[in-house]
This record gives sequence, structure tokens and C-alpha cells, in this order.
Amino acid sequence: MGEQQDRQASFGGVQARATSSNMNEPRIAIRNLDFYYGDNRALKSIQLDLPDRQVTGMIGPSGCGKSTLLRVMNRMYDLYPGQRATGEVMMDGENIIDPSVDLNSLRARVGMVFQKPTPFPMTIHENITFGVRLHEKLSKAAMDERVEWSLTRGALWEEVKDRLHTSAMGLSGGQQQRLCIARTIAVRPEVILFDEPTSALDPISTLKIEELIDELKNDFTIAIVTHNMQQAARCADQVAFFYLGEMVEVAPAGQMFTAPRERRTQEYITGRFG
Amino acid sequence: MSMSATVQAGAVPGPAKDHRTALRLGRRRHRVNLLVKLLCVLATVIGLLFLASILLTLIWRGIAGLSITVFTTNTLPPGSNGGLLNAIVGTLIQTALGTLIGTPIGLMVGTYLAEYGRHSPMANAVRFVSDVLLSAPSILIGLFIYQLCVEPFGGFSGIAGCLALAVIVIPIVVRTTEDMLQLIPPSLREAAVALGAPKWKMIVLICYRAAKDGIVTGVLLAVARIAGETAPLLFTSLGNLNWSLSLSQPMSSLPVTIYQYAGSAFDDWVQLAWVGALLITVGVLAVNVLARFALRGGR
Repeated sequence: MGEQQDRQASFGGVQARATSSNMNEPRIAIRNLDFYYGDNRALKSIQLDLPDRQVTGMIGPSGCGKSTLLRVMNRMYDLYPGQRATGEVMMDGENIIDPSVDLNSLRARVGMVFQKPTPFPMTIHENITFGVRLHEKLSKAAMDERVEWSLTRGALWEEVKDRLHTSAMGLSGGQQQRLCIARTIAVRPEVILFDEPTSALDPISTLKIEELIDELKNDFTIAIVTHNMQQAARCADQVAFFYLGEMVEVAPAGQMFTAPRERRTQEYITGRFG
Repeated sequence: MSMSATVQAGAVPGPAKDHRTALRLGRRRHRVNLLVKLLCVLATVIGLLFLASILLTLIWRGIAGLSITVFTTNTLPPGSNGGLLNAIVGTLIQTALGTLIGTPIGLMVGTYLAEYGRHSPMANAVRFVSDVLLSAPSILIGLFIYQLCVEPFGGFSGIAGCLALAVIVIPIVVRTTEDMLQLIPPSLREAAVALGAPKWKMIVLICYRAAKDGIVTGVLLAVARIAGETAPLLFTSLGNLNWSLSLSQPMSSLPVTIYQYAGSAFDDWVQLAWVGALLITVGVLAVNVLARFALRGGR
């Protein structure tokens, strides 16, 4: 028992050192973050780093605050009165939850992909250009190039290159979700937030999205909320476990699923509750 | 652990079931179901009967007087083989202008209610007033415009008629716009905002587009409604027996002409009133079919 723990601890230690040596600053550093829905404190003193160009998986039972945390990082909560955050979410030396932050340019830097595919009711081409046009003025040729680039990065180009000017609503669910990812990439963000991106998709589409995420982390810092433990294990470099608004534990994925430090983490991972 | 207990062999499945009571209740449900079904069919048949009777009479009497002169000749004194040209054109002008004036206002108010005001006291007040306006007797709207635009300017005018119709259009468009915008899933708005779109771009480029079919349907229904309005025009555009396209002069319209002709003592006028009624009905029907078509086209 003791020997096993030692082995796993050292495995985790090696991973942690390996990752910390080839990265400089975390892309996003969260410190003492509290979040309130009205009077209800949904996040309690969260501390978490999103390492640059790595995938951070967020797991935990429903209502534990992981999606809430995601929605802090692009200030999505600003849409709803009565929701507020206090503390620090540092990105490029700036506290992004400060009221003075320009939300539109923040959201150009921090993109988001949602649980259900949300194609806009327009053509595939327009779906991509909508976001780009908000932040850049491109010639038609440059725009077409951007569309091809983002759809290629979104692993969708081959399937839709002959029908770019047809409605995006005609795509399958998995294709729609990859379109949403391509649409997000097209704006060229630094960080991409995935909020249960595959929970509405079939296994094959899920696999494609997971491969895509694996590919995207070469260029983007990624945070993914998932209820699927295998998915977190497959996709994430580090995994954070949330419970009742607290971040219980964060560890490299290998360590989290083999030797979690906390009993609550272990119980959740083994399906004792949640 | 508790899950596996339910599949254990020999476990008690719960309180015993009384099959005869279940059977009796099932038969009773069946009888009540038949009764309700019968009543529903009966009500539908009665409703359709009246509708069919109205439509058939209208077609029967209207077609009898339908001829090319109806569309080529203005309203003339009795016995001089007049038509409805000025009334048809007057109705087209007033309906079109009324819609053009009322739609943007209704659209903006509906947008305010759904996207900005939501449940603020101001929005609630606007919503309440709009709903009251929706069910206000149209003759009151006619009198309102009479006080506002006819009396101060010393005469009935086509533009006053347009304004009265616009006042009817506004609450219809407000309601459908608000309803349709509220039907848009929050996820679509969030998706637009997540790309860095400011709120007004989210509304104009995404929400309007997603709600387009519903909003268009609402506008077309408003057109159908005002095309047949008589009361608000009686005090505003009044009607005109001669050809006139001037908005500052009294303007003819089909509903008002029907109102005047149908009660007259001259057979040819009464006949023209039937034709006018048929034309309005066919026109409104066409607009309704168009509205359906627009709605289906978006699916």
C-alpha cells in the first residue's frame, strides 16, 4: 500500500516537473476567485493555473461550479444581472474580471464552445466570417483563406468545402459542433473554453472532437468541462476536481486518475457519488 | 447497492395490484375519451359550417358581379356601370403605408421588450399598454387619429388613414417580435456574444435572422388585419368617390366603400359591395397563405 502510493506520487512528481520546466507563465492564473449567483456563493476561493498550450480538464458532479468557472474566464456571466465575481483572474498581466476590461476584445482572446452545437442560421461560410468581421477587416481573398484555414483546423474542410454557401443548419450534430470550433478558432483566440462539448454527440463525433482538441493544444490553451471521466483522462494534461463550489484538487491527469490525494476525488472518480 | 436490490429474485415488488379496479377505470377512461372526442368533432363541424356558409355566399354573390370594369373603372353614381378601381388602389396604398409606418416602430418596441427592458417596470408598463392597444376597439383608434391629425389640419386625409392603420399594426408587431425573440435559445445569444459580438450586433445579425420567419408572419398577419379595417378609416381617410392618389385628400378604400354600398338602395352598388368583400377576403387569404409559406420555408 505504502509502496504503491510512493510510486504513484513520484510518477505525478515527474509529470509536474516535466510540464513546469517547458512552460513559462500560466496563460490564465486564477487567485481567490469567488462567484455569486445573487447571494448564493457558487465558487469559493478558487486557485487554478491554466498552463500555456495545455488542456485543463474540469470534472465534478453537476452543480459543483465547473461551468461557472468557465463562464468567468470569458465574462459570459456579465449577460446576466445578479451574477458577479470577485478575486483575480490574471491573463497577460491584466485582471480580466475587472469591470474596466473591454469584453468584446476579451472574448476575441478567450473563445468558447458550448454543450449543444449552436450554428448561426446562415451559411457555413457566414458562420465563420461572422466572428472574424467583428474584429478584423479582411479582403475577400484573405477572408476566404481564413475560412479555409479555420475549417481545416476544425477538421471540417474536406466535408464542407463544396457546400460552403449552404445553410449550416443542414450539417449533422457532430459537424455543427466542429463548425462551432472552427468558428471560434477563426477569431484566433489564445484560450478556448469547452463546456461539455461532446455530451450531445454520438461516440464517433465525440472521438473526432477529442482528436481535434488534442491537435489544437499545440496552438491554444484549452479548458474543458466534462462529465466523462475517460474523456478527461484522454484529453487533459492536468485535471481539476470541483465539489460544491470548491476546487478540491488539481493534478496531472495521470496522477488524478491513479492516485488522487483527496478522498472526495477518489470517491467521485470511482463512482461512489455524483 | 440499492440498485441491485430491485432485481433480486423473490423481492416484493410493492403493494398488491387490484386488476379488476384497473380494468374498470380503464373502461371509464375509454368512455370519457369517446365523449370528449365527440364533443370536439361536433364543435369543429359547427364552426366550419358557419365559415363555409360565409365563404360560399361571398363567392357566390361576389363572382356574379366580377368583371374587368371592377378593376378599370372608379366608383361612379348608381346605374352608370362603375367599378372599384379607386377603392382598390386606396386600400393598397393605405395598407402598405400603414404597415411601413407601424412595422419599424413595433419591431423596435418588441426588441426593447425582449432584449433590453425584459421585466423592468418600464418594460412591464410598455407591454401592458401594448396589450391593451392590441384589443382596443378599432373605432377608438380612428377617433384618436381624428383628434390628432384630422381636426387640427382641417380635413380628412389619406395619411390620417395610414396613421390609424399603423396604430393597429404596432401592437401586433410588438407582440410577435417579442414572442419570437424570446423563443431564441439563450445558447445562440451566448454563442454570438462568446465570439466578441456587441449586443446590438447579436440582436441585428443573429437574433433577427433566427426570428425572421416569425416576425415576417406577424407583419403579414397585421397586414391581413388592417386590410379589412373599416372603423378607423371612417374618421380619418373618410372615403372618396373620385380617383385620388393625394395623401392630403380624403382617400377611398374597399372596406369603407363596402360599408357605404352595402347599405344603399341601388342594386348595382350592393353587387359591387359583394365584389369588394370577395376581393378583400381573397387578398387576406392570400396574405395568410403567404404567412404560412414563409413560416414553413424557414424550417
